[in-house]
Amino acid sequence: MIKFLLMVNKQGQTRLSKYYEKVDIGKRPALEADVVKGCLSRKKEQCSFVEYKDFKLVYRQYAALFIVVGISDTENELSIYELVHNFVEVLDKYFGHVSELDIMFNLDKVHIILDEMIQNGHIVETNRNRILAPLLALDKMAEAH
Amino acid sequence: MIRLLYPVHIFSCNLGSNPTALLAEALSTVLSPTFLSKYSIKIKHLMCLLNFLLSSLPPVMKEIMVRAIYCEMLGYQASVSYIHAIKLAQQGSVLEKRLGYLAVSLFLNESDEFLLLLVNTVLKDLQSTNLNEVCMALTAVSQMFPKDMIPAILPIVEEKLTHPKEVIRRKAVLALYKFYLIAPNQVQHIHSKFRKALCDKDPGVMTASLHIYLQLVKESPESYKDLTVSFVTILRQVVGGKLPMDFNYHSVPAPWLQIQLLRILAYLGKEDQGTSEMMYDVLEESLRRAEMNHNITYAILYECVKSIYTVYPKAELLEKAAKCIGNFVLSPKINLKYLGLKALTYVVAQDPNLALPHQMTIIECLDHSDIIIKRATLELLFRITNAQNVTVIVEKMLEFLRQSSNDYSTVDLVGKVAELAEKYPFIKQDPLNLCNGMQPDIPNNFLRLLAEGFDSVEEDRQLRLFAVDSYVLLLQGETASLPQCFLQVISWVLGEYAHLRPDQASDPGKVMRLLTRLLDQRHASAQTRRWILSALTKLCSSPVESSLFSDWPVRLTAVFRGVPQVDSSLSFLDGHVSEALAAGAAPYKPPHQRQEELAHEKALSLEPYGLSLPVSLSTCSITDRLTDRQSPTRLSISSSVSGNSTELSLKGGSTTLKLDGVKRVWGKEGYLVQQPKEVVEETPLPPTELPSPLGSFQSPVSQTQTASPGPEPDQERQQLASSLFVGVGTHHSVCLVRSTACQSLRSSGHFIIVCCVSSPQVSCVSGDLVEEVKGHSVATCQYAVVMMRASVDVELAGLVSYQRVPGQPRATPFSLRLSLKHFIRPLTVSTGEYGKMWLSFSHDVKQNLRLITAGDQSPLTATLDTLRDRLHLHVVDIIGSEGIVACRLLRGQPCLLHCRVHADSLAVWLRSPIPEFPDSLLYHCQKALAEA
Repeated sequence: MIKFLLMVNKQGQTRLSKYYEKVDIGKRPALEADVVKGCLSRKKEQCSFVEYKDFKLVYRQYAALFIVVGISDTENELSIYELVHNFVEVLDKYFGHVSELDIMFNLDKVHIILDEMIQNGHIVETNRNRILAPLLALDKMAEAH
Repeated sequence: MIRLLYPVHIFSCNLGSNPTALLAEALSTVLSPTFLSKYSIKIKHLMCLLNFLLSSLPPVMKEIMVRAIYCEMLGYQASVSYIHAIKLAQQGSVLEKRLGYLAVSLFLNESDEFLLLLVNTVLKDLQSTNLNEVCMALTAVSQMFPKDMIPAILPIVEEKLTHPKEVIRRKAVLALYKFYLIAPNQVQHIHSKFRKALCDKDPGVMTASLHIYLQLVKESPESYKDLTVSFVTILRQVVGGKLPMDFNYHSVPAPWLQIQLLRILAYLGKEDQGTSEMMYDVLEESLRRAEMNHNITYAILYECVKSIYTVYPKAELLEKAAKCIGNFVLSPKINLKYLGLKALTYVVAQDPNLALPHQMTIIECLDHSDIIIKRATLELLFRITNAQNVTVIVEKMLEFLRQSSNDYSTVDLVGKVAELAEKYPFIKQDPLNLCNGMQPDIPNNFLRLLAEGFDSVEEDRQLRLFAVDSYVLLLQGETASLPQCFLQVISWVLGEYAHLRPDQASDPGKVMRLLTRLLDQRHASAQTRRWILSALTKLCSSPVESSLFSDWPVRLTAVFRGVPQVDSSLSFLDGHVSEALAAGAAPYKPPHQRQEELAHEKALSLEPYGLSLPVSLSTCSITDRLTDRQSPTRLSISSSVSGNSTELSLKGGSTTLKLDGVKRVWGKEGYLVQQPKEVVEETPLPPTELPSPLGSFQSPVSQTQTASPGPEPDQERQQLASSLFVGVGTHHSVCLVRSTACQSLRSSGHFIIVCCVSSPQVSCVSGDLVEEVKGHSVATCQYAVVMMRASVDVELAGLVSYQRVPGQPRATPFSLRLSLKHFIRPLTVSTGEYGKMWLSFSHDVKQNLRLITAGDQSPLTATLDTLRDRLHLHVVDIIGSEGIVACRLLRGQPCLLHCRVHADSLAVWLRSPIPEFPDSLLYHCQKALAEA
């Protein structure tokens, strides 16, 4: 079960956050700061999984951007680690060499992509074409207008 | 204001040319933390601005909505935009609609009432001819939907299961899954349609249906055994690469789908040989196929190994799986190593020998620089612990505990060490280090271990001595970093076993000094101080130099200043004092004045008390100061028992103390004294080595009772005390039935037990006692003690004097703490009687108490039941939101409680004929509810 997904840069600024379990909006910044601190302090040769409170964090770094996923104890860490990569590949395919700026200025689109992949904390789609299909259909309509 | 208007100004000037880009830029600027702090813009104002923009600028609404999302992401609640998000979903073009739905899903919770406003929009969109709209409506529904409105859209969603487009069918299945999660009963009738979805020709729809099946199979594997063949077939097809190419991830066919299927198979095959046999082949195939060297294949392998070790075992397969793990553990990639250790943890649970080939790797991992690897290794070691290696493993665990900073893993690991300590009781000294944990039952378990001991007396003594020594050492160092519950454990252990220290006899004050130092420290909580005080009280029972106590009045005042219930101004006593003064009582005199008068009025025959009651007097001088709450009530009883020892044990009846005669003596201090209540047993036991005295056995007993509201001993501590009591006995070990408070005294070969029993069956208790020590000469004396003036707490102090050899009187002091709740008995009255009594009582107190919620009971019932169970009150009646409760003092006056639920607290009104009873009872009610 996935609890949340965060995209944070090296300065600790949140670029995207999506929670699959209820977390008060007031408590989110503190949680995010804590999570980021836990991941940033890790060295390259260390494991990509961290224990945090009663759950685990799986993180993956792409240039200056960290993607951190909070998962329950029963989840398969490595499959989530690869899911993160799949997500990035999808973003890459859509934006073409995705960068932090793409995510900043297309927050809605990144969210739409994420909604296709993960729902209620479960992985619902991993096929890249199918993930992008609804978004591409929307883009097409926008162009036609 | 000018600063605030600045960005608005930009918007209004440039809206004509290119509003969207500028807006985005401006809002981003405004929302950046640096800008916020630089211009000290209040978030409130920002939200006003946002609201203004959203309501007045429909053409750029979409852009502003994205900024609102951004705003929430930064942690600023943008509630002004919620309604606009719903509007956008309702009225916008297709693109705006999607954004509206997205914003709603990010802003709102499942329980939000705003969601109801979305139902009509969803309904409309589901019926739309535009596939995009249907699609986004289904996506929104599968993320969040109000539970109560499911029936409104369920038929339409069901209809979509047969839609020609796979994406619609897939999303419909996911929406139904959501419904199943939030309201399983509503979708019960469509289980056959789930099966159809499982057999859908499109792999995407089938994958979606697996979410439902994983959930269903997890809940009741039996009902879905018939589907095993289908799942096996699907997995075989997936593994065999029968899916379209675009399902591949790095040339691995649909890895997450495989993992999902393996999990379902594990649930189905668990403890079921027949079902398991059906899946052996496909599991083996999965193992074989997943050989490509990529992370994702390892993820599948891990899941596969887990499944193989969960289903009914097949030796051949187990062996292959175990071999497979070797690839993980030996991998130089750290992530794989971690997963390998996790897999190995599953495997060794079945067969610890499988860990043997990886011994060296495990040892390596144990000293790994990465803490999570260490943690996983310890988890693995925990599973292979046996009698031979337990010491080393626990050592490693403790080593880890010293470095760990994660509270959760510390608690978890401490629990494991404690478990091992219980399982392999010969690890003697290790548990002592583990109380650093925070889990509350661990110290309890540990203390039980220490108090109950092992089989050998010598081992017990050594362990206890080790505990005492290590704690003394700890206390000599810096104590600020120790957790509170650890300090409590230390206090208890020192209180109980400090006498085991070899140098205790020569320097009895050492431990006490350490404890007092702890008491003075600011970081000790009120709870901890109680433990410390209790320990000190225990230590006081052995002779100590009085200089230690010279500064105690000050110290205790400081301690009690921290106790929240204390009203230091004593204002609540004003009425009582004026009443007493009116009745002719002497006005209060400060201690020094009393001392002076005492010196002058020695003729008043107070001297004998001073001589015979050294302990009780010193206690009094303490309690005098510390009783901010109420003045101590003291009382002296004198009686003498004589006769043959056997006769005594036979007689053993209860003697109610007559107090009328002594009342005047204590009146001198300004207190009225009324008491008798409970049963006091005093048993002088001549030890075995002495010949049983057949001649006359004289035992004049004198005792003093001191009522004082000190820190009350709670139930738990009393239990600890009685279990400690068992350990203390040198050659006798006496187990007392449910005693309220007990103290054992040893004096020159005698074993004296003073015990308060809060039960009316006095004879039963003495019977047990005699039973336990039969073979020795026993003398039993029993007294009933009642409390006439209510007090939160009383201290019962006295002196047992006896003569073993005629003409050689001996005396041993004792003191026991008793709480008001031991004196409370239920008062069974009818509602009518209650009403009459209520009107006739004059002393009352009103207070709000907290309500307890428990299960399906109403809070009022739950709260009153708690009070009934904990304080022995009688619940007379509960009518609506009001309840009436009655109790009385043992053989004494009643107290009535009238409770009414008011908002989320319980307004309680107590009345009694005794002035301080309502107040004291209220204190115990508060405490009982706080503990519940």
